[in-house]
Amino acid sequence: MDEEPLVIGTHKLSSRLIIGTGGAANLAVLERALIASGTELTTVAMRRADAEGGSGVLELLRHLGIELLPNTAGCRTAAEAVLTAQLAREALGTDLIKLEVHADDRTLLPDPIETLDAAERLAADGFTVFVYTNDDPVLALRLEEAGCAAVMPLGAPIGTGLGIRNPHNIELIVSRAGGPVILDAGIGTASDATLAMELGCDAVLLSTAVTRASDPERMAAAMRSAVLAGRLARGAGRVPQRFWAQASSPPR
Amino acid sequence: MEIKLNGKWTEFPDDATVADVLDASGGQRPGIAVAVDGVVVRRSDWATAAVPKGAALDVLTAVQGG
Repeated sequence: MDEEPLVIGTHKLSSRLIIGTGGAANLAVLERALIASGTELTTVAMRRADAEGGSGVLELLRHLGIELLPNTAGCRTAAEAVLTAQLAREALGTDLIKLEVHADDRTLLPDPIETLDAAERLAADGFTVFVYTNDDPVLALRLEEAGCAAVMPLGAPIGTGLGIRNPHNIELIVSRAGGPVILDAGIGTASDATLAMELGCDAVLLSTAVTRASDPERMAAAMRSAVLAGRLARGAGRVPQRFWAQASSPPR
Repeated sequence: MEIKLNGKWTEFPDDATVADVLDASGGQRPGIAVAVDGVVVRRSDWATAAVPKGAALDVLTAVQGG
């Protein structure tokens, strides 16, 4: 019913669910969850390589035909994030980058100053920038103006599963965005993902909600349906909310 | 000479290239990237790029995350 692909830069995605690979107990669990989610794009982090070789996640994603979205998680400054992005491009052969600059370990909230600085530099360097940001409608616009291909406001801090704490801000961001808006972080369960899409987001990015669920494969399937349901509902045009009842059966 | 390989001081011959360092520490495998003193060295330059004495050489790859 909804076959319009999500277009970000030169990339086209028919699934509007982006999955992060962090937190899965092992690669077999991750593989089943990724397949159940139907995702076509997943995040990976960049870390120092030990002599023993990789973790196997790249081989798995290649086997599944899922595109890579490397992130800059762990970076605290724009300079660190830019270097990490450049290394990711060199290592993985992709221009896609999920820019995230965390202010501190306790909140993992985005540092807006460093994020904007890095966004400008990465966009100028030819990256397709997916930017993780606060749910700040003003900053979201500034990040778009800086050349970001997709703006990704948080619903709540990473890994909290608190859902969308300020739905109105998400709506404000969506209402003024020129490009795609992807709800990133804070999703706890399927209804949160549906709400994101009902608010007008173009896609949802989540990891913890699936990878740390008791049954990741089942939750991945739930998220897939949830994103589709929210997208359909958004497009269907919901009824206005009313204070008083309105009969749905004809009067006698 | 000593270079700081992924944060750890390690001994290498004085004329070591990036490729030499990689060959001695896990190989020039796919899916990795190298920075020397905070600057990316392209794969096509590994064989010729000399590593300065005392340099910090970082080898990164993708892992589960985010």
